[in-house]
Amino acid sequence: MKAWGSWERVLAALIVAVYVGFGVGIDGFASPYAVADSTTNMSEKALIAMAMALLIIAGEIDLSIAATMALCSLAMGYAMQAGAGPAGMLAAALGCGLACGAFNGWLVTRWQLPSIVVTIGTLSLYRGLALVLLGDQAITGYPEWLSQWGNGTLGDLAGWPWLIVPIEFGVMGAVAVVFMLLQHRTVHGRRIYAIGANPVAARFSGIAVQRYRLGLFVVAGLMAALAAVQLTGRIGSTRPNLAMGWELDAITIVILGGVAIQGGRGSIVGVLLATVLLGGFTFALGMLNVSGMVMTIVVGALLIGAMVLPRLTSKRAKSARQR
Amino acid sequence: MTRRDWALAVVIVAITLAVGLRSPVFLTPRNALDIANDSALLSILVIGQMPVLLTRGIDLSVASNLALTGMLVALFGKLFPGAGAPVLIVLALALGAAQGALNGWLITRFELPPIVVTLGTMSVYRGAIHLVSGGAWVNDQDIHASIKALPRAELLGLPLLVWFAAAVAALGWWLLRWRRAGRDLYACGGNPHAALVVGIPVPQRIRMAYTLSGALAGLAGLLWVGRYAIAFTELATGFELTVIAACVIGGVSIAGGVGTVGGALLGVLFIGVINAALPVIHVSPFWQQAIAGAVILVSVLLNSRAQRQAGQQILERPAA
Amino acid sequence: MSTSSPSSSDPAGVLCLRGIHKRFGPTHALRGVDLELRPGQALAVIGENGAGKSTLVKILTGVHQPDEGTLWLDGQPLRLQDTHAAQAAGIVAVHQETVMFEELTAAENIFIGRQPMRGPPGLRVVDWATMNRLAQQVLDEVGAGFDATTPVNQLSLAQRHLIEIARALSHQARVVILDEPTAALSQAEIRDFYGLVRGLLARGVAVLFISHKFDELFAVCDNYVVLRDGASVGSGRMQDASEPELLRLMAGRSIEQVYPLVDTQPGAVVLEARDLSHPTEFDGISFVLRRGEILGFYGLVGAGRSEVMLALMGLKPLARGSILIDGQQQRIRDAADAISLGLAYVPEERQRQGGILDFSVRHNLSLAALAGPRHAVKGQVSRGPWLSALRESALAQRLIERLKIKTESQDAPLSGLSGGNQQKVVIGKWLGLEPRVVILDEPTKGIDVGAKQAVYQLVAEMVAQGLAVILVSSELPEVMHLAHRVVVMKRGRQVAEFQRGEVDAEAIVAAASGLSRNAA
Repeated sequence: MKAWGSWERVLAALIVAVYVGFGVGIDGFASPYAVADSTTNMSEKALIAMAMALLIIAGEIDLSIAATMALCSLAMGYAMQAGAGPAGMLAAALGCGLACGAFNGWLVTRWQLPSIVVTIGTLSLYRGLALVLLGDQAITGYPEWLSQWGNGTLGDLAGWPWLIVPIEFGVMGAVAVVFMLLQHRTVHGRRIYAIGANPVAARFSGIAVQRYRLGLFVVAGLMAALAAVQLTGRIGSTRPNLAMGWELDAITIVILGGVAIQGGRGSIVGVLLATVLLGGFTFALGMLNVSGMVMTIVVGALLIGAMVLPRLTSKRAKSARQR
Repeated sequence: MTRRDWALAVVIVAITLAVGLRSPVFLTPRNALDIANDSALLSILVIGQMPVLLTRGIDLSVASNLALTGMLVALFGKLFPGAGAPVLIVLALALGAAQGALNGWLITRFELPPIVVTLGTMSVYRGAIHLVSGGAWVNDQDIHASIKALPRAELLGLPLLVWFAAAVAALGWWLLRWRRAGRDLYACGGNPHAALVVGIPVPQRIRMAYTLSGALAGLAGLLWVGRYAIAFTELATGFELTVIAACVIGGVSIAGGVGTVGGALLGVLFIGVINAALPVIHVSPFWQQAIAGAVILVSVLLNSRAQRQAGQQILERPAA
Repeated sequence: MSTSSPSSSDPAGVLCLRGIHKRFGPTHALRGVDLELRPGQALAVIGENGAGKSTLVKILTGVHQPDEGTLWLDGQPLRLQDTHAAQAAGIVAVHQETVMFEELTAAENIFIGRQPMRGPPGLRVVDWATMNRLAQQVLDEVGAGFDATTPVNQLSLAQRHLIEIARALSHQARVVILDEPTAALSQAEIRDFYGLVRGLLARGVAVLFISHKFDELFAVCDNYVVLRDGASVGSGRMQDASEPELLRLMAGRSIEQVYPLVDTQPGAVVLEARDLSHPTEFDGISFVLRRGEILGFYGLVGAGRSEVMLALMGLKPLARGSILIDGQQQRIRDAADAISLGLAYVPEERQRQGGILDFSVRHNLSLAALAGPRHAVKGQVSRGPWLSALRESALAQRLIERLKIKTESQDAPLSGLSGGNQQKVVIGKWLGLEPRVVILDEPTKGIDVGAKQAVYQLVAEMVAQGLAVILVSSELPEVMHLAHRVVVMKRGRQVAEFQRGEVDAEAIVAAASGLSRNAA
């Protein structure tokens, strides 16, 4: 319920440590341009991480979110090839995201299937469809405005060259505000906590549990679409392996952000801090020419560490209390 | 064999016949051998995944485990050309088991959910391949002769690979049917709280399941490297999903407590037949993943409807 | 508090407890309990909800360890550090809720974890033939009519109960604890059950028998001990005791002190149920409920009462039937509809269905207010979608004071409160909405006597203020002393309705268990 607690304080301190530490150690890391650069990758991941956070708080999970991104990018690409303008392309992506998310939500709520196995299935299905449709080809030739979105700064939009904050960061910020308000200030957020903490008691208290579950999967699909649009704009192409493995990053960010995997607890602020922390850390490693593969070790270890740590401290606290 | 298993068997036969009509070469013994060979590696991993699923867990790290062990064994073979096949087999089993045991330890010691733990170790093991190999591939000429020979050597007309798979399946069946530890697994997953109450050493059984899964993944890694005569970082990426798919199709429940070796093998056969059928009916192999996904969804839907009870029966039936 | 060894001349087979104390946080669940179990004899442990019976059982089965006091077996001190130790000592319990592995067979359930094995050492395998044979033997002994190789998910509740008893027998137990064993059984099945117990006793097993039903205790038990507020307040031979005396010992005060006087006159009809029916769980349930009235719903466990209430609250679909509020037929599609019509449901399982243990007291108290302004609901804690921290804490403060909920602060997690206070929070959650009808499902289950009184007082206040209350309960004294009228359900059907003071306890019990009697 609380947006800012001790875990968030630790994360904030770690962010400072990472940026200052690497800033001192690596040439050019602390430059404003590098910092701005480091935010682009994390801005896209933040979108799916926030959606994933809500799902996990509600006691579900969505492993297909990255595969959904690939399909949404594909839908947008097809729209472009069919001659659609910005509105059409965006609509295609969002529509695809909505459909993918709604399909997940329908399977989980209508048939009462566990979301883990449903989304393992849709992960394969969506990724597989992207493969089938695209094969080993890629869609390129995206219009200038999309590339601007992915790579440009807010200053470009407003005509102020000193404002080097990327557009993607701005989008993330706006979405983050919405998520934060929703989860921590509205009845919807409280209901989501209740659904995750005790779905039976929530239902008995009059909360429309299934409707919220469906809604959260749809939100995940829409966020995947938004992230896909931006990512495609940034890298300029659509391939079947777009955002490959991002579901793992999203889950890691969420757990690192202090959300309990069993549901019922967690803060959006924590998730955002974790995004920045992980993003800054991996960016720094990238500047040190650490290979992507080694970074996956780091991410995997962080995920496990982030789960083990609370258990260690709570066990110690429990045994101290018993003494 | 449950009713569900029979239904699946019928479906497999139907698909085989249908494809055979289109292309009679599909019904030859040669083709059957190919399918068996192609399915062997999957079946070894499936037998390993079963105990884990029975305890209401999941092991997503098997493909990474397979690849890491395969790479380590390949490097070992490169370094010690004098090593014999038994040493390599033991090494593969031990390395795989160690990775599995780490999973089991993390899950039981800290009471962590298996999905997230194995997601994490999946990454760690995969990345470790890059570390040990420096990103370099181990190519055909560098692979130890015994490793390459192992899957191909023939015994009574069948490749050793198929024999390995058969032996693993038999051992798996024996464990789950005849050993107390195996029967306990069903209890651990069916009703974890009750299992503790009746005195089953649940954490021990869970650790055993993950260690077994890891060991078999290691063995599969050795055989994979031998069969395809290559070892590299991205080996078998995503294969864990195929393993889960085969289990789910074969009636092993994600919720634990339900599943038979026979059913699981039918699940493997189903995937094997589909994958073999695709090129024959001129469907691009790119469809494999999408089909696996669709089949998981259909299986889970069917499983859940079969297991659902229509509420309690409180009312007495009217006297006839 | 004596810690000396048992004074009986022959300590063999005697299980003795001396001076047992157990605390859970602020609750002193057992205060110096003494009792003695002898082979071949059945001891009745009598007490109200919250007297300490289930804690006692947990200590005997090794789930909890006593804070003070000792256990003795055969004259030797006994330490039960876990459930294994209890089983090894030959102590086995059969509970009301069955502990089953659905997908496995009856035989496997009986022998789970200790299957008979055969084969060379190091390669030992399950001896299926012997296991099935032994299981069938013991199942036949308890009079189960089914095959040992039947999967449990095909068996009924009563049949599963028999498997539990068979499991206890197969342990070669020396002490068998029966905890409300006949709660769900019919009269015929109960008669068979008595035979079973007598068979156990003839074999030299010591039986500890917990039950609400006095006729059972008098029929089967040799001795008794009465628990009240965690202490043993009386013991002796069953044949020397009488029911009124036992009731007095249980309550420790006169009936008038325990139950408040409910003398409101029921007013206009607020709720009418017509022919409520479900395909498998209940059929043809019809009743009216008036303002200021307490309507009791009595029946055996599994009679379908809670299921009817769930349907009233929109949590279960009806096959047919209608619900009228204030004379107007209403469509109740889900709980939010029911809430907006002024219905409230305090469920049976407080921790699983009623409250969220990880949430704070404040967040639990405002939980039902989140049901949303589909129609105007009092006690709102939000303005549109926006939560109002001010309103929420004000509401929580009001409810804590009104119900005298004992908690460190509003922010304390619900899990830290005693059972009685947790129940107050769950009830408070609903009262905050100022409902018209409050349904209470076994509201005093598992809470101590002081809290029970508080709940009864609350109920009396509710009806005095014009609310209507449905009280679902299996505790006969509760129902008889509080309710204006009692509806009796049996196996999903409505079988009788009584006015207060019209009939006696025997008639009600007979109706609930199906003995044919000329009832009013």
